[in-house]
Amino acid sequence: MTELICIVCPKGCHLLVDEQNDYKVTGQGCARGEQYGKIELQNPTRVITSTVRVSGALHRRCPVKTDRAIPKGLIADAMELLGRVILRAPVKLGQVVCGDVCGTGARFVSTRDMELWEKPDTPE
Amino acid sequence: MYDVVVIGCGIVGAAAAFALSRYQLSVAVVERDNDVANGTTKANSAILHAGYDPEPGTLMAALNVEGADMARELCRELDVPYRQCGSLVLAFSPEDEALLQRLLERGRANGVQGLQILGGDEARHREPNLSGEVTAALYAPTAAIVSPWEYALALAETAVVNGVKLYLDAPVTAIEKEDAGYCVVTPETRLRTRYVLNAAGLFADDIHNMAAAPAFSITPDRGEYYLLDNSEGGVVNTVVFQCPTPVGKGTLIAPTVHGNLIVGPNNERPAAREDVATTADGLRQVCELARKSVPDLNLRQSIRNFAGNRSVTEFDDFIIAEANGAPGFVDLAGIKSPGLTAAPAIAKKAVELLASAGLALREKPDFTAHRRRVRFRGLSPARRADIARENSAYGRVICRCETVTEGEILDALRAPIPPRSVDAVKRRCGPGMGRCQGGFCGPRIVELLAKHQGCSPAEILQNTAGTYILTNETKGGTTHV
Amino acid sequence: MYDLIVVGGGPAGLAAAHAAWQKGLRRIRILERDRELGGILNQCIHNGFGLHYFGEELTGPEYAGRFIGMLQKTGVEVSLDTMVLHISQGREVHTVSKAEGCRVLRARAVVLAMGCRERTRGAIAIPGARPAGIFTAGAAQRYVNMEGYMVGRRVVVLGSGDIGLIMARRMTLEGARVLGCVELMPYSGGLNRNIVQCLHDYGIPLYLSHTITEIRGRARVEGVTVMAVDEERNPVPGTEQEFLCDTVLLSVGLIPENELTRGMGVEMDARTGGAAVLESMETSAPGVFACGNVVHVHDLVDFVTAESIRAGEAAARYVLEGDTADKKPVEIQNGPGVTYTVPQRLRPALPEKGVDIFFRVSRIFRDSAVRVTAGDAQIARYRREHLAPGEMERITLPRALLEKAAGQPITISVEEADSQ
Repeated sequence: MTELICIVCPKGCHLLVDEQNDYKVTGQGCARGEQYGKIELQNPTRVITSTVRVSGALHRRCPVKTDRAIPKGLIADAMELLGRVILRAPVKLGQVVCGDVCGTGARFVSTRDMELWEKPDTPE
Repeated sequence: MYDVVVIGCGIVGAAAAFALSRYQLSVAVVERDNDVANGTTKANSAILHAGYDPEPGTLMAALNVEGADMARELCRELDVPYRQCGSLVLAFSPEDEALLQRLLERGRANGVQGLQILGGDEARHREPNLSGEVTAALYAPTAAIVSPWEYALALAETAVVNGVKLYLDAPVTAIEKEDAGYCVVTPETRLRTRYVLNAAGLFADDIHNMAAAPAFSITPDRGEYYLLDNSEGGVVNTVVFQCPTPVGKGTLIAPTVHGNLIVGPNNERPAAREDVATTADGLRQVCELARKSVPDLNLRQSIRNFAGNRSVTEFDDFIIAEANGAPGFVDLAGIKSPGLTAAPAIAKKAVELLASAGLALREKPDFTAHRRRVRFRGLSPARRADIARENSAYGRVICRCETVTEGEILDALRAPIPPRSVDAVKRRCGPGMGRCQGGFCGPRIVELLAKHQGCSPAEILQNTAGTYILTNETKGGTTHV
Repeated sequence: MYDLIVVGGGPAGLAAAHAAWQKGLRRIRILERDRELGGILNQCIHNGFGLHYFGEELTGPEYAGRFIGMLQKTGVEVSLDTMVLHISQGREVHTVSKAEGCRVLRARAVVLAMGCRERTRGAIAIPGARPAGIFTAGAAQRYVNMEGYMVGRRVVVLGSGDIGLIMARRMTLEGARVLGCVELMPYSGGLNRNIVQCLHDYGIPLYLSHTITEIRGRARVEGVTVMAVDEERNPVPGTEQEFLCDTVLLSVGLIPENELTRGMGVEMDARTGGAAVLESMETSAPGVFACGNVVHVHDLVDFVTAESIRAGEAAARYVLEGDTADKKPVEIQNGPGVTYTVPQRLRPALPEKGVDIFFRVSRIFRDSAVRVTAGDAQIARYRREHLAPGEMERITLPRALLEKAAGQPITISVEEADSQ
């Protein structure tokens, strides 16, 4: 029996998962929580959020996320992948920034629009 | 070959440079830090004392009163925040009251005007938040508050505008005797000079010992402070002291020229002369002591703590004299309280000493001592509209807490002594001094500094050398060592 | 003359402006000090937003993007890079911007949505040196997520609120070593899911009932001393642990940013740090409404949105229908277990069917009842399995029950099951 805190929503239900009994879940507040409990001990996955370099925009980084959860163990590799990306403004919300993360089929997508931004005239 | 090299650009060095810059002399100032006033000058109670504390007949006494007078005019000319708010020394017992009487007599002997002793109720009438235990108070109307770092900056900037050469990041490593004077050695320069003024603050003994046989040694005292939010700025209207003790003027509560309330100091021994850390015990001491004067002091409104070290030597008085065995080398050492107050008078005396040692003083016909700084926050709505129209940079507010505009920051970047760090910008025009302590404006200041210096934001310093803020870029990019 | 001026273009301001437009108000302008809309959400690149409001898990920028998109379909005007300096009691809004200089805008109604700022080291008086490398978590978040710079390599986080937990993970993902999260209280201030996703996932230890008692470092942070604390939150001698680090991130509280509010002489509530409001989010100044973190610090942006829609709709009603405020609102008092409620007072004769009351509890409660009483009579009671100070709670009081209070002050209190 393992105690888990569900991370699917802010409620954070306390789950009990019985590894000996087909990973049966109790304590969940909803179906997604039950699903989480089942997967977490067998093949934990996470949605990853991060940033990539972007040029020509108001900011120097564009926020991105995986469009679905990927195995926890691949997080470090996913970070490394992102390090190789440089976007050019303009960027559209949902734009694919990095395809097929580590063979999972998940992709990194932009989580915002970023306009092409002219450098403001900051006097020196 | 310089006529005079001033070592140290705290308030004393800056005042000396300013005084010398009136004359047709070639003067240089060497400062070990990357900015002026970054040592004791920026870490004290910011008070210009009336002058009843020092013993009559001492240098301290004479220079305190003279300096206080000179300060009023200087701050006006050089646009330094200054307010003559007066001070009270509180008595809680008959012994204290006897001490007030002695201070009164001492003050009168020193030439202090307007001193009077008030009863407890009268003191509370003036200062409603004072403790009910106060039985009497010595009122000194001539005491004032000032911005000590802006004071030093204004003096130093004016000196530079009038031809003084300022070397920053220039610690003195040796002083060599030469026929015509001295050679002051820093890692990047060798400055040959006829005269030297030693205004090196906490390091004045080390500097002295480079040129002459040891004559004094500095064992600093440290004082810790609370700085309270502007919302508490009106808790007292004057500087409120407790009775002085053998080691100092005791714990005070005072308004600051920026609208805050300053509370402190205590008195303790730091582990090293550069150790300006605050301590749990020290802060607790300050709380307890301060509450004696104002019992309901709301220290939860604190926005910052800091500590400063005072240059204490084995001598009670200032050391303002030519060093034995080093003609033309003048010490301005052991400048503890009332050093800030006395500074311009110390500088005047230093110039007199140099003159009697042979320095010819011919006034510069084109000496200018007029300085004005835009302070958006203090302008009327009409004035604000005007300057924002004239220069749109005054229209962008960078520091929300203190209402400091991009225009003021750009002014600082172009000033005679440009800032080299985020804190240096803060000392010049205020961003980061407020209740969010730079949390909001910090990244913007870093961006402005980086653009101005033509470097990466990762190279921008918080304050002195080594105080890097950012380490490297995320996601690849250059790494900061 | 504007119908409505909204101060702040973050989630609160966006929702309020949009809601006011939907209710028929037309001359609406948002004043935002940053160069884009979105407020703090722009730097909250993590997900967890929108589960209530959209039924989806969104990142901060995505959540902001939804409202910016909705706003673009309206005629609401926006001033960016514009700072509000002062608002007079007569609702004259003094602004300054690089593009337009100083301007005074007049409005029939104002919504204050300025958000909050972070508590600093100075505010909690951590002793020690003052080296570089001490950041509030939000300031560090801006550098890392928007400017693209790391703020350090070996990090200690003080405070286990959500911002601290999120930044512990963020720093780790960008290559820093986070040595631990130090929390003064015996429980974390953040959501459980964040403890798992940010600390457990990365093996970052959580030190409950601990605090930083000293920061060391000459130019840059070199280390901190962490000590255990007792029930009074005082450090316990002998429990000193030294951590060698170059960075301290402070997540020690948020403070509503109410300088403009105070400048208008609006009545404040010391318990929330924000204005005292009616259920319509109207402050003590007629026609002046407030919503979002500027009223009280929220945990979920979805609640900010709900509250801000209420404020925007009420502002529209105020302008279109006139001042219908009940001159004798009922006080909501805090009974045992409750540290504050928003609203602080309400009008029993409501246009709505009921009123949402948000509140925070003073400690963790298990299996408890939230009681609403008026005088001696209990007018409502809600069962709750778990209540914590770090999780803002909501109860909805139907109008019918409210009318039972008959003008008496209402008290909200919490009782644990075994005390009944």
